[in-house]
Amino acid sequence: MSKILIIAEHRSGKLNSSTAKCVTAARAMQAQAIDIAVFSSDPAAVAAQAAKLDGVSRVLSLDHPANDPALAATLAPQVVALAAGYTHVLAPSTTFGKDLLPRVAALLGESMASDLMKVIDAYTFERPIYAGNAITTVQAAADRKLIASVRLASFAATGEQSGSAPIEAVKLDVPLPTHTRFIELQAGAQDRPDLQSAARVVSGGRALGSAEAFSIIYALADKLGAAVGASRAAVDAGYVASDLQVGQTGKIIAPGLYIAIGISGAIQHLTGIKDAGTIVAINKDGEAPIFEVADIGLVGDLFKLVPELTAALD
Amino acid sequence: MKILVAYKRVIDYNVRVQVKPDGSGVMTEGVKLSANPFDDIALEEALRLREKGIASEVIVVTIAPADAQAHLRNGLAMGANRAIHVVSEQAVAPLTAARVLLKLIETEQPGLVLLGKQAIDDDASQTGPMLAALWDRPQATFASKVEVSASSARVTREIDAGLEILEVDLPAVVTVDLRLNEPRFIKLPDIMKAKSKPMQTIAIDTLAIDASNHHTTTRFAPPAQRQKGVLVKDVPELVAALKARGLL
Repeated sequence: MSKILIIAEHRSGKLNSSTAKCVTAARAMQAQAIDIAVFSSDPAAVAAQAAKLDGVSRVLSLDHPANDPALAATLAPQVVALAAGYTHVLAPSTTFGKDLLPRVAALLGESMASDLMKVIDAYTFERPIYAGNAITTVQAAADRKLIASVRLASFAATGEQSGSAPIEAVKLDVPLPTHTRFIELQAGAQDRPDLQSAARVVSGGRALGSAEAFSIIYALADKLGAAVGASRAAVDAGYVASDLQVGQTGKIIAPGLYIAIGISGAIQHLTGIKDAGTIVAINKDGEAPIFEVADIGLVGDLFKLVPELTAALD
Repeated sequence: MKILVAYKRVIDYNVRVQVKPDGSGVMTEGVKLSANPFDDIALEEALRLREKGIASEVIVVTIAPADAQAHLRNGLAMGANRAIHVVSEQAVAPLTAARVLLKLIETEQPGLVLLGKQAIDDDASQTGPMLAALWDRPQATFASKVEVSASSARVTREIDAGLEILEVDLPAVVTVDLRLNEPRFIKLPDIMKAKSKPMQTIAIDTLAIDASNHHTTTRFAPPAQRQKGVLVKDVPELVAALKARGLL
């Protein structure tokens, strides 16, 4: 039976929905216990949110001034100390989890699995390679600790209907390094839904031609209550900030509705949207690869069609 | 200071990878191989640091089969001073790669180790942080800007919430993101020059590292195909199609 430790991701007192997705993956692993560790300088609010998640056994609250903001170098030795009683350590496959978990795995002398996308049993799972062009089935040794990051686009967030896990304060006596120092965070605009958890996403590509022209993408997104994304070409051209990039090297998302506007659909971009519910493509090139994956395609001039679509949603 | 750059050879990013019909792997015969795109960015950054007088020597390292010398010659032609080829006929997992790199660090004593943020074949994104952990040194992953001074580096990281700036003491491990720089093209005279640059070959077995992998890949499969979609002719038809799917 599995005893699973999940490392919570949070910012500004809010639990990231990525944590609830890790709980869903953990529940598929014949879990006997699922504990969530909250590392923070002020963990109370986040711990309370984690305790509500269905299927969670305990929330471990690790209050330390060095735990905020989260640095992999500071958190890793603490996670290693906590991991002793667990068969599995999970974290989301976000920049937070990707930074932290390999450091933990190496300190433990364990292999690691990145981007776990399907749980078959406690030690057997699927993960994508080659930008999602191949899916591998992986068997982990059952006598070892399984360290894995969970691909967010593949798991729904667990609910909050029945959860009321106890919160336990844990004090660890672990020396923390001082070689890594946080200087500042330059956060992107936060006035729209979060790209990784949004139910709807409107994305723009190179064909927009300028940062100013992206306003028609924002207008449509706001009408739909959608998050805004972008292709790598649009980010490289400076039309939008890089944290909006969708694809192999950006964010991998699975909204119910994805609208790709002026995006040709390179393999690296398609990797990021393959699991979307419905994909809509608007592009003037009817031969663009995006139409091979789009559920609904519309060929034409985006500068005419997008404002028309926005107006039609009134 | 010396800079060590991990320089992996992978299937070229433009190749549409196919899974073998028997599920034993992906087709690799006759497929174009190239440097991992992120590793080219790491090498470019190392070369720029040398051009600024911050680094004295740039060393490219690969762990690959015996036929990977041409790959390392590319790195030398781009501008690396010398190359180390750790010969392994089998692909190695990130933890093994990190242990190999640590062995080389013990000999070379670099001030900075640069790696790509991930290899585009296994998409693991693990080797850099694993190396930093084994070495007990700082890590700065997903770097889009690196400023190196005598004893520390200030690194801008591309994280989900925006851009984070860290300061790390040296030596450190930095993994690079796409937007760090634009790698230079290799010129013909540099290819000729690269032929006379030193290349050291080390058999992986002689490094006496634990190369065990606790994970076994049992099957490869193509991804699930999406159903063929429909084309609509105008915006009213698009709105109707979205309504029919219950999306509006």
